Amino acid sequence: MPKLRIEDLDKIVNEQKKITSLRDGAGRVKITVHMGTCGISAGARKIMTEVMHCIEESGASDIIVTTSGCAGFCSREPMITVEVIEQAPVKYVDLDKKKVKEIFDEHIMKGNVVKDYALAIGSEQTS
Amino acid sequence: MSVTPGKNVDEMKYESGGANGYRMYLMLCGGTGCVSAGSYEIKNALEHELEKYNLSNEVSVVMTGCNGFCANGPIMVVQPDGIFYQFLSVKDVPHLVEEHMLKGRPVEKLMFTPPDEKSVVPKMSDIGFFKKQRLLALRNRGLIDPEKIEEYIARDGYKALAKVLTEMKPEEVIQEMIASGLRGRGGGGFPTGVKWKTCREAPGEPKYVVCNADEGDPGAYMDRSIIEGDPHSVLEGMAIAAYAVGSSNGYVYIRHEYPLALERLEKAIADAREYGLLGKNIFDQGFDFDINIHCGAGAFVCGESTALMASMEGRPGEPRAKYIHTVEHGLWDKPTNLNNVETYANVPLIVQRGVKWFTSIGTGDVSENPWGGSKGTKVFSLVGKVRNTGLVEVPMGITLREIIFDIGGGIPNGKKFKAVQTGGPSGGVIPEDLLDLPVDFDQLTRVGSMMGSGGMIVMDEDDCMVDIARYFIDFLVGESCGKCLPGREGLTQISRMLNDICDGQAQEGVLELLEETCNTVTSCSLCALGGSAPNPVLSTLRYFRDEYEAHVREKRCPAGLCKNLITYSIDPDKCNGCMLCARECPQNAIDGEKKKPHKINTDLCIKCGICKDVCNRDAVIVK
Repeated sequence: MPKLRIEDLDKIVNEQKKITSLRDGAGRVKITVHMGTCGISAGARKIMTEVMHCIEESGASDIIVTTSGCAGFCSREPMITVEVIEQAPVKYVDLDKKKVKEIFDEHIMKGNVVKDYALAIGSEQTS
Repeated sequence: MSVTPGKNVDEMKYESGGANGYRMYLMLCGGTGCVSAGSYEIKNALEHELEKYNLSNEVSVVMTGCNGFCANGPIMVVQPDGIFYQFLSVKDVPHLVEEHMLKGRPVEKLMFTPPDEKSVVPKMSDIGFFKKQRLLALRNRGLIDPEKIEEYIARDGYKALAKVLTEMKPEEVIQEMIASGLRGRGGGGFPTGVKWKTCREAPGEPKYVVCNADEGDPGAYMDRSIIEGDPHSVLEGMAIAAYAVGSSNGYVYIRHEYPLALERLEKAIADAREYGLLGKNIFDQGFDFDINIHCGAGAFVCGESTALMASMEGRPGEPRAKYIHTVEHGLWDKPTNLNNVETYANVPLIVQRGVKWFTSIGTGDVSENPWGGSKGTKVFSLVGKVRNTGLVEVPMGITLREIIFDIGGGIPNGKKFKAVQTGGPSGGVIPEDLLDLPVDFDQLTRVGSMMGSGGMIVMDEDDCMVDIARYFIDFLVGESCGKCLPGREGLTQISRMLNDICDGQAQEGVLELLEETCNTVTSCSLCALGGSAPNPVLSTLRYFRDEYEAHVREKRCPAGLCKNLITYSIDPDKCNGCMLCARECPQNAIDGEKKKPHKINTDLCIKCGICKDVCNRDAVIVK
């Protein structure tokens, strides 16, 4: 990796937007598994395995899976955020493998939010 | 989904810090989607245009939580009209301000009718837990992959470093930090800029920049979460500090018990080096800086600055007297700037967004005096007897009631709130009648507690205050390094007295002796660990003296917790003889026939409480 110059920062910003922003067309759905210490101890690794398993089973190729840190609401871990293109992100809490499968089939494949497991839509105010 | 004017007006008052008479509020979405679509650029443009028309005192621009229409962002709601604008861009702003804000004619082509809600999932910004939080240090929480430096850069990471290296002299950076009123988030509350200034001016080379990630308070994990979730924000903050004080060597002192944080920190440092963001000649501006990690073995006292540095030098982690300042004689006797993880995480944001923005959040006035207020936010780990445990970041000045009841969701199982302990094991306990206290450095100190690193433990009516004080003192006895007499022997004596009180062995006069010993330890200890260690005892004595007196005089524990002072019995009127408790009792201490009231044999009873837990009729009495 070459050393960065200041103007390279903006290039990375734009490249990243292409990779992570659904609006710019890299994928249809982004799933974020929250993997801080709290999430992992509540079973986030199993959730991640199940997400990968669901994707493999469905054969879908337009789903981005990524990890992130603690979302703050530690008592409701494991938690994932599902972002379908053109829609607001939805946070799901208190997950287990069965719920992940259901969310995958209903929300990610069919577009219906599974409201029984959803905490909220949208995101927090940052800075 | 519609916007309820009443509720949003409340939000506005909250955001703008009081009823200051704006006629119109522009609620601009500050959720992730809209921010990445440019809502902050729009905010600046709006403010610029409003100023041009002299409307700044009439119209306020407020950043809000996510509206949920991220696909149409940036979104703005104009209140009190309730008009929605979508897909805003900077070039729309002059026309919009002139037409709508000045002439009162809403701009139709930018307007948007929110679709009807399909499902009944609430918005993030409507959930109590998230609504009152304001994310500065945790600005990237849950949003970026902490192991990818590109994702941090994509959220404007390392731009503040670029800015200071190209546009600012070190003295200007320091001036900016002093003016921002940022105070040490590790608990001391010392103004960060003042510390940087002293370090810069201290004679001696090389200088060191150290990050204190030795978070040892029971129940506190703010620093861990920041490093796990956004390690680069800390590295960037350290690099800016290094430029300001004139250092090219940085260390992170992190405890070994944080394996995931350690792993991510190591990766972050390696990635930053690869990108040339650490190392020689950063951004070709002639500034060198690199960071190494030092693993602590998990001693609580090593969170104290001088003990931390002793530990880094390979000596036992023992503090030294405070009149020699570490900014002048720190690590290897060289000038050393030590700040906490959360402090560093705030730095890039202050550089980027400016002093005016940062000082608009928080309490007091820091324009003349950096001690004059508490600016920005504080991260707390909210734990204990509270419904929503978790990590919360709130603006300074928010009340304890808002944190515990609005964010934390109150006390579970229908119990009554009793007290909240802030500031870690050497913080104080704050009772119910002080719940409306605004949380900042000075207010917490005033009531006998402290900000500390940000642990917040909520207690309900079942918690015995003497037992709580004993728990913390016993922790501190174990963690005391033993170097000074008050810390070593004073704390041990305090622990003995508290144990006697809990066991019902204490004599009349013990409370006075306890107070005297506490005051001696406070004034004579070598370091802040010892000096603040009596806080849990002194604050509980101050607010819950009647509980201590009941233990000493009546040999009674009002909360029903101290085992030697309670007996279990069964209320014969309530017991229906179901045999459940008798079967569950591990000591076989409960006698009784089916359908007849049972009795507890107090000689055999070990007061484990299982009978009380299993009883369906609430017939077990603890006295």
